[in-house]
Amino acid sequence: MSEQELSRRDFIKVTTGIVGGIIGAVVGLPAVYYLIDPALKSGGKEAWIPVGKLEDMEVGKPYPFSFTRVQVNGWERTATSHAGYALRRSEAPNDLLILNSRCTHLACTVNWSETAQAYLCPCHDAKFSSSGDVLDGPPPRPLDRYDEFRLTDDGVLEIYYREA
Amino acid sequence: MAMILKKLYNWLDERLGLKGIYDNILDRPEPRGNWWNTLGSASLFLFILQGATGIFLSVYYTPSPDHAYDSIQYIMDGVAFGWLVRGIHHWGATLMVVIVFIHMLRVFVTASFKYPRELTWLIGVGLLLATLGMGFTGYLLPWNQRAYWATTVGTQIAGTVPLIGEFILKALRGGTDLSALTLQRFFAAHIWMLPAVLAGLIGIHLYLIIRHGESHLPTKED
Repeated sequence: MSEQELSRRDFIKVTTGIVGGIIGAVVGLPAVYYLIDPALKSGGKEAWIPVGKLEDMEVGKPYPFSFTRVQVNGWERTATSHAGYALRRSEAPNDLLILNSRCTHLACTVNWSETAQAYLCPCHDAKFSSSGDVLDGPPPRPLDRYDEFRLTDDGVLEIYYREA
Repeated sequence: MAMILKKLYNWLDERLGLKGIYDNILDRPEPRGNWWNTLGSASLFLFILQGATGIFLSVYYTPSPDHAYDSIQYIMDGVAFGWLVRGIHHWGATLMVVIVFIHMLRVFVTASFKYPRELTWLIGVGLLLATLGMGFTGYLLPWNQRAYWATTVGTQIAGTVPLIGEFILKALRGGTDLSALTLQRFFAAHIWMLPAVLAGLIGIHLYLIIRHGESHLPTKED
């Protein structure tokens, strides 16, 4: 388009289009980012959670523990309770099996029963062995484990926790 | 490619009458204009901008006394470009009141409200009032000290109307005190009722402008 052919009308049209496009992009692109922002955030906070003193845990008997994590979602703080059992399989300090007591069926909390020698879920009669395997009931998989743990110098067991 | 687009355009034009819309709205004859004649379009643009940014703000804002303030803090600090979206809405609101008011002054000064445009003027008065209503209701939503006391004073002023003042005050506040009900109804008015009123009135306003065309500036003989 040479300058002679560009009429006043066309100039206004083109200018309006360009300026409008710039304004649209300046407002529109940040707006898209603003909308999808929560999906781009990695929420996973991590921590070492003290569970209890090793000397308090009897060998062969699951030791119950629980802890609370505060999650911040936007402007809202939610406290979530977590619980589990630490089992010393032998006298060796590192021979530990730490289970999450959240039932793998529908997330009720399982309890260790001395008489049944199993973890029982009150909701749908699920039954897990001391090693967390499914013995009976609807759960699709064994109890989740806290695989990473460590012992502090003064004998406190800590588990590694990462927010989902 | 150009052929396909041309065909697609013709197909749509035949059914939608695109050319007619374009000719009547964007290509209509205008008197020799000046920049003062663009204030109505500027108001319309600001209305759309406020609507768009407002919709985006409602994604994160929550109109409850417990969370309203926190949710705005979150928009400002926690969300990408939240400061920009809220900033545009905040300053756009002020600018819209100013532009709408100057638009009204221009129409008054150039006597453009006379026959046959009296209804355009009257509807414009309604638009001005609805715009001020948007400003008044939106001011409470951040639920900070300034918002709270501005609304306390504002509703108190409305309450000084003789005889029915107390009723107006209670109707505005949703009770005798400024409360969660006040915040909720101001929010409803701000995002549903007043925008609906504005959109409807803008529709009529634009129809009348297209029907009558823009007014000429008065000459010495007028």
